[in-house]
Amino acid sequence: MQNTQWGPVHDASLGRDVQSKIGEQLRAMYDDVVSQGVPDRFSELLKRLDRQGGGDH
Amino acid sequence: MNLDPSVRDAVLSAVPSLRAFAISLCGNVDRADDLVQETLLRALANIHSFQPGTNMSAWLFTILRNLFRSEYRKRRREVEDADGSYADSLKTQPEQSSRVEFSEFRAALAKLPPDQREALVLVGASGFSYEEAADICGCAVGTIKSRVNRARSRLADLLAIESVEDFGPDHTTRAVMVDTT
Repeated sequence: MQNTQWGPVHDASLGRDVQSKIGEQLRAMYDDVVSQGVPDRFSELLKRLDRQGGGDH
Repeated sequence: MNLDPSVRDAVLSAVPSLRAFAISLCGNVDRADDLVQETLLRALANIHSFQPGTNMSAWLFTILRNLFRSEYRKRRREVEDADGSYADSLKTQPEQSSRVEFSEFRAALAKLPPDQREALVLVGASGFSYEEAADICGCAVGTIKSRVNRARSRLADLLAIESVEDFGPDHTTRAVMVDTT
């Protein structure tokens, strides 16, 4: 196949493709965790610290 | 400590994003949650040093990042193959935080040097500006920009290689063979 002309063009568009895919996947991966919200462990930790601290004063 | 409710709410609302950042830094959900917990304890113990009106989220990210860095340095002395242990941790908990569709991406992300990984995540996913990311990482804005660029092109290399494999001759050959039998 004579693709000397197409080769570089194809590579450049693949590069852009990969770049935007990286952005999308990065955000999707991140947002997947964010969407889990605040695990009980942390809201309880804050409540406990607040109560403990309140008792000290 | 008597926590101001508005401060407590600001801390709580940063937790989901802190977890996402922590997981992308250390790759292991349990370690990440421990890191978040340590961050919250550290933050609340030093809440007087937080300046009201400034970005609570950036302040918490800075604490988490610094805790991770000191832990990472310790661990690297203990375990030479940090990336190997990261890869193993992915295999043991595929469903907990990273669905299967992200596993390839996470594996590629894990191959980046920590400097580049944190810069990319802060700017590309956490939504911080280059300036904020530079503050969080304690470096110059130009350094963040070049780390993000290097991270992107390294990831592009890693993922492009994998997608070529996906559509490579092996698959085509297999498809042809199935067709002809």
